[in-house]
Amino acid sequence: MNRVETGKSTSKGSEGPSVWKGEFAPSMESSSTVKIRPRYGHYIAGGWVAPKAGRYFKTLNPATEEVLCEVAEGSEADVGSAVQAADRAYKDVWSKMSGAERGGYLFRMARLLQERAREFAVLETLDGGKPIKESRDFDLPSACNHLFYYAGWADKLEYAFGKRESRAWGVAGQIIPWNFPLLMAAWKIAPALACGNCVVLKPAETTPLTALLFAEIVEASGLPPGVVNIVTGAGPTGAALVRHPGVKKIAFTGSTEIGKLIAQNSAEFDKRLTLELGGKSAHIIFEDAPIDQAVEGVVQGIFFNQGHVCCAGSRLFVEESISTLFVEKLKRRMETLRVGPPLDKNTDLGAINSKEQLTKIQGLIQRGKEEGALYFETSCKLPDRGYFLRPALFERVSPSATIQREEIFGPVLTVSTFRTPEEAIQKANDTQYGLAAGVWSDKGAKLFEVSRRLKAGVVWANTYNKFDPCSPFGGYFESGWGREGGLHGLYPYREVL
Amino acid sequence: MGVKIRLTNGVLETIPHHPIDSVGVSERAASFTKRSLKKGSKLEALKTMVAMMDLTTLEGADTPERVRQLCGRARQPLPAHLDELVGGVPPVAAVCVYPALVPVAVEFLAETSVQVASVSTAFPSSQVSGELKLLDVQQAVSWGATEIDMVISRNAFLRGDYQTVYDEIVKVKEACGTGAHLKVILETGELGTLDQVYRASKLAILAGADFIKTSTGKVQPGATLPVTLVMLQSIFDHFQQSGQRIGMKPAGGVRTAKEAIAYLCMVYEVLGVEWLTPTLFRFGASRLLNDVLRQILRQVTGSYYNEEVFGSE
Repeated sequence: MNRVETGKSTSKGSEGPSVWKGEFAPSMESSSTVKIRPRYGHYIAGGWVAPKAGRYFKTLNPATEEVLCEVAEGSEADVGSAVQAADRAYKDVWSKMSGAERGGYLFRMARLLQERAREFAVLETLDGGKPIKESRDFDLPSACNHLFYYAGWADKLEYAFGKRESRAWGVAGQIIPWNFPLLMAAWKIAPALACGNCVVLKPAETTPLTALLFAEIVEASGLPPGVVNIVTGAGPTGAALVRHPGVKKIAFTGSTEIGKLIAQNSAEFDKRLTLELGGKSAHIIFEDAPIDQAVEGVVQGIFFNQGHVCCAGSRLFVEESISTLFVEKLKRRMETLRVGPPLDKNTDLGAINSKEQLTKIQGLIQRGKEEGALYFETSCKLPDRGYFLRPALFERVSPSATIQREEIFGPVLTVSTFRTPEEAIQKANDTQYGLAAGVWSDKGAKLFEVSRRLKAGVVWANTYNKFDPCSPFGGYFESGWGREGGLHGLYPYREVL
Repeated sequence: MGVKIRLTNGVLETIPHHPIDSVGVSERAASFTKRSLKKGSKLEALKTMVAMMDLTTLEGADTPERVRQLCGRARQPLPAHLDELVGGVPPVAAVCVYPALVPVAVEFLAETSVQVASVSTAFPSSQVSGELKLLDVQQAVSWGATEIDMVISRNAFLRGDYQTVYDEIVKVKEACGTGAHLKVILETGELGTLDQVYRASKLAILAGADFIKTSTGKVQPGATLPVTLVMLQSIFDHFQQSGQRIGMKPAGGVRTAKEAIAYLCMVYEVLGVEWLTPTLFRFGASRLLNDVLRQILRQVTGSYYNEEVFGSE
């Protein structure tokens, strides 16, 4: 076909200096709304308490490697005072309150958090490195929704547990990860409080700040002192919480490795455990899938939050007949991802959460190359300082390769092919994990059949990473025990009599 | 289902079924509204928008005088003193009018870079005979139109007679000769599903369209981000197969500079920087220009100007 040039010359604007060539000037979210104190203690019994051992650790901005502030390092004694405060609050006040009253506090917290959403979003991005676009449009709205959702359950628990009597456990110990710090705090606190428990929450050591700022929301809501306590620290602080005899219920979200330790540690005590652990989730693309939307789903599935997502779709399986085309489109789409300062509103991938995690991901990438897989990363420029990685994928990955078995928890996808639905199901289920999966096909019957046979807690069809507080979330096998969210999220927080 | 088309060279070509997931398309389309253009980048983008604009008037009440005024604005969007203030605003890409007003526009735009586009093939309904449609095109071209914006026959398309749609576009393309660009309007607001939008896009490209265009502006909805995204993806798929670059024109519905920025970001991310040129991307709009000019003045001076300051036709 011949394309005709127009008779006249092109307009002077078309090639002149004023033509936009896809440049994005920096568009930074202001961080002036956030006041970070130089030093934080623990939040216990409604007040700020210095750590008994007097030790503090630093929390960094992973995008600049600058120290943001110092945070208390929780000792066994600190954990003890927090549990004691929670226990007292439970016995004296919280257990005597009606569900409607408890719900009222949760509603107030949700509203207060909404009002201060921008401030929390900026702090989440500063402390954790995730793009402001995500903390603003995902983390904060989701955290508020969770509080609202469980606020509504607080006075309706009799409908959740059928005709059976139930009661709160008392004190719940909650240990949360660094990938969605505030959202995970809301996931944990909301059902615990709705069910009538008091909590001691331990945020991750690299991202404690939004949980500490949340103490201001707790305070402003008028919640009785001791109902929510926040103790900061690393592994030993968490271990002290797990082993404390006053803690009847442990909820943990984090790595499978630590989850196993917690299971071991709590085995000798009278404790209930919910564990939301790692994943190596499969993303299956059939040849009759809506291709461009599937590419987008794969990109969102693995590169959302730099791949620091327990349910990240990290193992891609593409039907062999379209794999060349699909991977070409995928790589092209990856090239348009913008890696940069997390506070820039145009940033798609922010900083890797910590140096430790960066090293771990780099090690696994190196391992992938050594084991013979074909590596691709995008060509974008990375900031000079901070912990950053380019979005990457591996092709020709062996089923036994380390990168195909182990959770990378970073922006690295593995790509394999399959020939039949049967093979896709077999390969997708070939993992010790079972958190999530995605399936793409235009055929309804195929979607239902395949989804039914995938061993994963969540299966998304023709989409990925959709979350709703009404919907339970959790995994099979080494991805965890129990469910969070929805009606199911209430069960672990009450003892059925 | 795939669609079989007998090409002009006799080959039977299949347009394969290409399912589109409308939820995914809407999400991806919405992501472009989150892009944030600031400072120098924004000013460049705003000026680029002017250079990509098909300034349009398509009313029964259009008169030669009305078209002359439009042409004046097309050549020089801002009064001289303001133009100097903002470092120059380019003329628009084209003026788009009904065929009867082509001679007026041609006369008034002679010696300028601004193209004259004529809507055609019994715009906007396309409900006349094939012969009349061709006559419509031939006349507009002979009167000096350098761009023809034809409408496809939805009458044929919606009853599944894709061959007729294809044949008509081929003949119109022939009638355009070497002097005129062909933009094919799909009237996506009447096609019902995004699967159909993709199919119509492929059909138009296969038949020789230089540009594919969303809408006449006479049907609601006109251009939307999701529909444009699907059309851009069809353009990309064609480029991937053939190496040939087809142009895109969203029309009817883009009213603010803010919306237009989302379109530009989408073109850039889906097709690449090569498409950021008036030869491959246009905005069809009657109301967009004033908002873009106000935003340009805002970027340079820091304050919003009333439209009265730079005039409107």
